[in-house]
Amino acid sequence: MKLLEKKVCLVTGTSRGIGGEIVKRFAQEGAVVYANARKEGSIDESSKHWEDAYGTSVVPVYFDVTDENGAKQAIMKIKKEQGRLDVLVNNAGIMKDSVIGMISSELMKEVFSANVFSVISLIQLANKLMGRQKSGSIINLSSIVGVEGSAGQLVYSASKGAVAAITKAAAKELAINNIRVNAIAPGMIDTDLFRSIGEENIERNLKQIKMGRLGSTTDVANAAVFLASDLSSYITGQILGVDGEASV
Amino acid sequence: MSNSEKYLKVFVDTLEIRSEEAEGLKYNSIANWDSVGHMNLVAALEDAFDIMMDTDDIIDFSSFEKGKEILASNYSIEF
Repeated sequence: MKLLEKKVCLVTGTSRGIGGEIVKRFAQEGAVVYANARKEGSIDESSKHWEDAYGTSVVPVYFDVTDENGAKQAIMKIKKEQGRLDVLVNNAGIMKDSVIGMISSELMKEVFSANVFSVISLIQLANKLMGRQKSGSIINLSSIVGVEGSAGQLVYSASKGAVAAITKAAAKELAINNIRVNAIAPGMIDTDLFRSIGEENIERNLKQIKMGRLGSTTDVANAAVFLASDLSSYITGQILGVDGEASV
Repeated sequence: MSNSEKYLKVFVDTLEIRSEEAEGLKYNSIANWDSVGHMNLVAALEDAFDIMMDTDDIIDFSSFEKGKEILASNYSIEF
């Protein structure tokens, strides 16, 4: 028996990195995956690939998570096609860095719209289906910097800290309907985005990780599989660090 | 069943009221129409009319009559 057999899942921000790997792992575990990306057509090929590889359904749904109407249409589509939603993974987000003194209000709005407000909107929408079926698992992607803070990343850190607070508050409110809400706080994960900081910086960062290696997208996706599955049926309101004991 | 009958039935079933009590009923005017009852009412209306209400409409939905007005103007439900 696969861990997510027939579970209907919506994962946001899946065009690359952690989101893309979560789609792959969920499909591998037998889930019916609705994979979100912003750019129309951008994940058609990969969705088809995972669908064929794992014999399940991977459906691309294109919308910008900051567009509440687009998100609503996606939830309605899932309701119409599946009649239920078992798992929501709020993975989409942006990272924009700026030092104190140079943080514009536009940057604050942009980061909070993508990383915080969209998460609240999607939780509200998902709850429309999960509340009725009286079950569900919501997984939010926070970050180690949302818990520890990071110099030069005040806004991003604040947004990911907000995601942790949203997770704990939503877990308290939705537990009565058997809806679990947890967050994953990845540390330094080997993605294209992370690699863009350059080899020298990567070497310096590696010294901050007690396990001596960067995390992989699979490390994070495996944590998402666990939180989505019934193996974590009594776990809610938790922020799960996936960081190899890193410090920032 | 007409849309008006369907709308009334949702109120009667969800808030556990008699049908003659629905007209003029306002949010928070009875124990069963508190915030939890409100979300149950919205869920039942969404199921009955196959719609998904926007958050702003859920907040504005303050009475039996106002709900009808919102469904008619924003969701093309004819009464």
